Parts: sequence; structure tokens; C-alpha cells
Amino acid sequence: MGKHIILRILQAIVVLFGLSILIFFIARIIPGDPARLILGPLATNEQIKELTEEMHLDKPFVVQYYYWLTSLLQGDLGKSLYTRRSITTDLKMFVPATLELMFFSFVISLIIGQVMGVFAGYFRDSWFDNLFRVFSYIGIATPAFAIAIFALIIFSYTLNIAPAIGRIGLWLDSPPQITGLFVIDSILTGQWRTAFEAFKHILLPAISLAIANIAQEGRITRSSIIDNLQKDYIIAHKVHGIPTRIIIFKYLLKPSLVPTVSIMGLDFACLLANAFLVETVFMWPGISRYGVTAMLNKDLNAIIAVVLFIGILYSLMNLIVDIVVSYLDPRIRLQRGGI
Amino acid sequence: MMVPLLEVKDLYVQFSVFEGELKVLNGVNLKINEGEKIGLVGEAGCGKTTTMKSILRVLPTPVARISKGEIIYKGKNILNMKPSEIQNIRRGEITAIFQDPLTSLNPVFTIGQQLGDVIKYASRYQDHLDKKEIFSKSVAALKETGMPDPERILNNYPVQLSGGMRQRVCISEALSTNHNLIIADEPTTSLDVTIQDQILRLLSKLVEKKKMSIILITHSLGVVRELTDRVYVMYAGNIVETAQTTTLFSNPLHPYTRGLMNAIPRLTGERIFEGIEGRIPNYLYPPTGCRFHPRCKYSTKECQEIFPLMYDTGNNHEVACFLYKEELN
Repeated sequence: MGKHIILRILQAIVVLFGLSILIFFIARIIPGDPARLILGPLATNEQIKELTEEMHLDKPFVVQYYYWLTSLLQGDLGKSLYTRRSITTDLKMFVPATLELMFFSFVISLIIGQVMGVFAGYFRDSWFDNLFRVFSYIGIATPAFAIAIFALIIFSYTLNIAPAIGRIGLWLDSPPQITGLFVIDSILTGQWRTAFEAFKHILLPAISLAIANIAQEGRITRSSIIDNLQKDYIIAHKVHGIPTRIIIFKYLLKPSLVPTVSIMGLDFACLLANAFLVETVFMWPGISRYGVTAMLNKDLNAIIAVVLFIGILYSLMNLIVDIVVSYLDPRIRLQRGGI
Repeated sequence: MMVPLLEVKDLYVQFSVFEGELKVLNGVNLKINEGEKIGLVGEAGCGKTTTMKSILRVLPTPVARISKGEIIYKGKNILNMKPSEIQNIRRGEITAIFQDPLTSLNPVFTIGQQLGDVIKYASRYQDHLDKKEIFSKSVAALKETGMPDPERILNNYPVQLSGGMRQRVCISEALSTNHNLIIADEPTTSLDVTIQDQILRLLSKLVEKKKMSIILITHSLGVVRELTDRVYVMYAGNIVETAQTTTLFSNPLHPYTRGLMNAIPRLTGERIFEGIEGRIPNYLYPPTGCRFHPRCKYSTKECQEIFPLMYDTGNNHEVACFLYKEELN
């Protein structure tokens, strides 16, 4: 088990290394002189030459990459051409908001998706199953930003029961930054009112983001439950008089979760992509909105940072997924990593 | 006359599929007395496993439907039981071993977790055992089947065990809890020939020691001859012949039984003399009359039209074939 995980972590490091090379060269190959972009149209040739030397842009690519990587490892991602601030500072501001959003929608889709999938699968062809299937087709087919807009119209505008934009009410101070996740920070510092406000704010965007994943993961769980229900071993558990609830939630759920969890790693990419639009709809000050702004303004350093961040998050997520899957399915860890 | 432990009376089972209704079981009758070892023989697809699943109430719903019949166990009809009563039957009265040990153990739980739960919920212990007791009982159950190093095996997953070892695990799951009746559905079909014999001997030794009754489902006549007291021969959803094992082998009556016996390749013989032409009928449109008539060389007009009843030829030897009608009268 331990060996399998270490092997997997090493793999992730190799992948990230490859990603960093790719991003770096793409950024350098793109036409346009970064020094000129930074200094703007009014800069003199001397200024540009000076900055070029300062940024090591006159050296070979390999040397440039070396400088870039060492400063990256020290946490220095350079300056944003648009906000004129250090990108590390920007990320510290925007990343937690996105992480909070993803975390909540991930948890929501995990719980609701699994529960619905299990019941739909176990009570196959019942009214609940039919309802769930209709829901899941709609959920997969409707883009997240459309759901976000509908949610905004229904719950904020018409019913007026949920706040429309931002992470927290204007009249409240943000909680002190510990994790950067408002709900968790305010609970940690005992500010219950702030926690409740922050929770209310995150609910709509998190749910609109989660719908597609609930539908997707629920469907997969449903079909693997149906598949496994006919397996000999489930019939054997029944024959041995194991109580139904234990069969469903222990013996049936664990093997049925393997495909769902594997898909979750891939769905995570969807979640990030959808977050770009959902964050825009809800004016959520997250990394996705920051990334979109960076792209529209050709803010090269910021784009690199955002892509790198997404890459790291994605490989981390898939690392976790792999570990969870190997916990769920002993066949995988016994075959790959030895005992 | 002795009251049978389990009696299946006139059981009809149908499967609804896209094309229509598969009429698989067509009035199965069988009986087993306390302490008796019976064999249920027939070629693949003739309804043996369906019979077993009906008795244990694990037919796939809603595809399969029991349209008629009774399964009486100790005077009560299993088919009318409430879920809690069925659980009691499964936990303390009737148990089973399945055909394929590779698929009948849950791949993502250790042997100890699975065997432990079987012991935990068995009627004799009523969920009163603590973890230590469950563990020691699991070890004892595995030891009984001659499993080497049971403590280690309990921490293993099914993939780490060979087919023979897995079947030993299945046997210990079924035999550790003192059930009255065990239904073994081709317990050795998917194992190596060398292991088959070991497993069968183990099974019959344990069944005898624990004074259990057993229904051994198989398509191997050799196994039946060696291990059972009485045999039911099944063809296409019907019992076609039943007799004491020795009687059946010395004097098979039904053309199908004779065909089965002639189809056994003998090591000493030169070649197979005779098989049975054709195959199991399509259950969507089963033949009228005797379901065996399209394959039977003695078939008459009567066979094609009328369903033959069981004729008792004496000595508890019953056969469902019109050839023996005269003998009776």
C-alpha cells in the first residue's frame, strides 16, 4: 500500500515537471516581447534592453527555464502585467475563494450524487429512479452557467432567499485568514454570524456548479449498483442472511464506488472549467475569474501561474483519487504496488 | 411416512425478457428428508440453479416470477414468508455454496470481514458475539476445511487465494453456522480436476459430521454416484426421473437419463458410443407434451401432445415417461 502511494507521488512529480516545461516554452514561443509588453509602448530601447537582461530574456531557453524554475520553487511567480502586483500575492487572494467553492460543490456532489445513485440503482425502475434519470439527463445537458443564471433568477431575484453576489455581505468584515476559506475560518474563530453569511453566499454558486457532477456521478453509481446487484457475491451475501442495510451500504457500495471515484478525478477538470463561468455569474472573486481577466489582457505571467495552479490542483486531485481507489479496490494495489 | 425436511411442490418459474416469457421451471417436484443427501442432475441450462435460487428466494426480481407452486420447509411455505422469516431461514436453516468461487466472494473485502459477518449474523449467535469471538470462530471455521494458516488467510483478499482455497472459504462460510440443509450448486465445476475431488470429499465429510442434509447440484453423474443417496434427474425445467442412487445407476429408465449415462466418456472404452442429439429447448416456445420429445428416439404422438406424469415403477423409482405407463397398469 505504502509503496503504491510513493510510486504514485513520484509519478505526479514527473507529470508536474513536464507540465512546467510545457507551460514555460509555450509562454516563450508566443509572439511578443515580454519586456516590451511590461514596459508599454512608451518605453525607450535602453529601458527594454535593461529589463531584458534583468529578466534573463537574452539567455538561451534552458538557462531561462532554470531561472524561472528556481524562482518558482521559491514562490516567486513574477509580476502581473495587469494588476502590477506580485502574482503570488494575487494568488493568495483569489485561490482560497475558488478552493472554497470547489470544496463545497465537491462535497455536495459527493454526498447527494452517491445517495441518489445508490437509491436509484437499488430501487431500479421505481418512480424515484425515473425521476433521477430525467434529472440526470437535464443536469448533464445543461451548462453550469445556465443553471447559475436560473438559480440567480429564482432564488435571489424572485424568492429573495439567497444573496446574489460575492463571498460575504458588504456590512460584514471578512474573517481573519487562516485557511482562506471564509466559512471554515469564521467557524474556527467562533464568528457564527459570519460563518452563516458566508455559507449562505456560497450555497447557490456551489450548487449550480455541483449539479452536473451530481448527475454524472449519480448515474455512474446507479449503473454500477445495478451491475453489482446481480453479482454472485451479492447473492451469496443475501443467502448468508446478512441484513439488507449492511449489504447495501457495505458490500454493495464499496465495489460500486470504484468507477465513480475514478470519474471524480476527471470531473474535477470539468469543475474547474465550469467555475470560470459560474464565478463570473456570481461575481465570485476566484482564480477562474482572475484567469479569464488575465487572458483577456494578455497578462502572460498571470496566465502561466493560473495554468500551473490548475495543473497542480488537477494532479493532486488525481493522486488523491488514485489513493482512494486503491483503498477501495485491493486488486489495484495488490497488482501494482505489491503487498 | 416421514415428513420431508424440504418439499418443492409443482414449482413454476418464468423469466420476463424482451422477447417474451421464458417458461423455465415447469412444475418441479422434489423432496429431501432430514439427513439425506440428494443429487440434482441435468445438463447446463435445465433449471437446476433456478430451482436453488427459488428455494433461497434470491431469484432476480422483477425479471423472474414464481407463478405457481409451493416450497414447504418444516411445514411452512417459504414462498409466503415475511422478509424477517426468510432471514431466519437463511441464517440458521438453509445455506448454499455457489458454482464459481472466483465470483462468489466479494473482491473488495477481506476473507475475515466476509466470513466474520456470516458468523456474526448467524441465528445461533444472534449478533451477540464480540470481535474476539468472531475472530476465533472464523479461524476455527477455516481450520475445519483444512485451510493452512487460517489467521493469515483472514487478512487476505479473495484475489490472493487460489480457486480451491476460495471454495474452501465458501464452504466454511456455509458450514460454520450449523444449518440444517445445504444446497451446493456445482461446487467443483470451475475447479481443476485434482482439486475437485479434494473439495467434494471435504464437503461430504463435513456434511456427514454435522449431520446436515445436502442437495448436490451437478452435471457429473460420477459425483452423484459417489456422494448421494437419492437422485433427481432434471430436464428442461422438469424432474424426469428419481430413484435411489444405486437403483438409478443399475437401471436407468428415462431415455434422457440413459442418454446422459451413455454420454460419459469412459477411460477404458474406445470412444463415446452415444450422446444425446440436439440441445435444451428454447424456453420461449417450449415443446408441447413431454419437453424431451424432440430429442427422444422413442417419441410417439402421445409424447408430443400430453405432458407425462410421474409413474411409480416400484421401489421409490419414479419416471415421467409414457414408456412405463403399461408397466404401471
